[in-house]
Amino acid sequence: MTQLKTQSLHKRESDLAQANKQVEFLSNGIFAQGELPKFSNKIEALGQFPLQPKPLEILQINIGYMCNQVCEHCHVDAGPDRKEIMTRETMQQCLDVIRTTNAHTLDLTGGAPEMNPNFRWFVEEASKAGIKDFIVRSNLTIIVSNKKYYDLPEFFKKFNIHVVSSMPHWTKGKTDKQRGNGVFDASIKALKMLNEVGYGIPGSALKLDLVYNPSGAFLPGDQSGLEKDFKKALLEDFGIHFHNLFAITNLPISRFLDYLIASDNYEDYMYSLVEAFNPSAVANVMCTNTLSVSWDGWLYDCDFNQMLELKVASKVKHISAYNEAVLNNRNIVISQHCYGCTAGAGSSCQGSVA
Amino acid sequence: MSYYDPKDLRKFGNITEWSEELGTKFFDYYGKVFEEGALTAREKSLIALAVAHTEMCPYCIDAYTKDGLQRGITKEEMMEAVHVGAAIKSGATLVHGVMMMNKVNKLDG
Repeated sequence: MTQLKTQSLHKRESDLAQANKQVEFLSNGIFAQGELPKFSNKIEALGQFPLQPKPLEILQINIGYMCNQVCEHCHVDAGPDRKEIMTRETMQQCLDVIRTTNAHTLDLTGGAPEMNPNFRWFVEEASKAGIKDFIVRSNLTIIVSNKKYYDLPEFFKKFNIHVVSSMPHWTKGKTDKQRGNGVFDASIKALKMLNEVGYGIPGSALKLDLVYNPSGAFLPGDQSGLEKDFKKALLEDFGIHFHNLFAITNLPISRFLDYLIASDNYEDYMYSLVEAFNPSAVANVMCTNTLSVSWDGWLYDCDFNQMLELKVASKVKHISAYNEAVLNNRNIVISQHCYGCTAGAGSSCQGSVA
Repeated sequence: MSYYDPKDLRKFGNITEWSEELGTKFFDYYGKVFEEGALTAREKSLIALAVAHTEMCPYCIDAYTKDGLQRGITKEEMMEAVHVGAAIKSGATLVHGVMMMNKVNKLDG
């Protein structure tokens, strides 16, 4: 039985539950005083401002903020108390786009996307569009949380879904610290269920990748080194296989921002991000090849901008008016949180980018 | 006001400003030492953490604790590394006890 770690900022009625307060906080302090350079100045020096998109490759759709977990560092501020989930009508608008987009990857995320009552219908319909890589971001514990979800591995297999799951560490202590008591054991159980139907097995076409994001106020280490350690530990301790590990940097927004401030780590963390700024990561940041759609159909440059309510700077702002050519001519909206995607080897929903 | 300011660690690279050649050579060497070699970068990080403690260098402790976390090293592994350093430090003290014993035996044996 998993035990929730905390409550969402919304439930706590925290100031940081308001996106504009977060953007304001990130723009003030060390950045307003000139102690650290603003992200826009940093990329301007590289001749990359304004940042502009390349042809669209990934359409990422957030089908709801509802989740069975309340992870300490969730950038979505997801949890069981979040009721914002995509309606069938908006899903229908998304399907119209999925059928015509040039994107080769469809990426469903949440919250726990499986909790949306129309999730299975949506997957079934979307899979008919023949998208090359169809990702579902599953938090793993949802699979074992209720018997109605026990068949998810089979369901994923049926539609050849590429499963991408979060796993902050290969030890119980560090995983449960971030995600709640019992999450590690439940995740192991779910990974075994996925392995049993063929997911993650070496050579298998059923792709199972893990996402690692640090459990505290530090940046992720080298992705390949971490992958090696994860593979060794999960195989030796539990006989579990998976394909790739994506190391993702925690961006200073939402609950992670709240954590940084409360633990007096905010300034040091921002310094770490700015000092680790990698110019070669800028050209490949995910907002240059991704579009993010929110549960209510609004369009964003990335999932993080979605949480900060920074809509695309385009006359097309909603999935109902989708026009890929018009959207590809936009400038990408940036702020100081963007340093999270350019630190070290760079970070995206697909892991390192540099 | 302490002699040590955690913010000074960020300025470590500035030592090159007053002696560019030596500073650059030092940082090149430093970077090379910590690359993967016969030892993994992870093993080197734990060695650095143990030495940071025996040298009682607050900057190094800060740096290699963070480095260890970034590499997924657990707190149990870090503490074991610190004990290795402590054991060598105390062993180094105690092994000098043999000198004392030799001297006692010579003078008053």
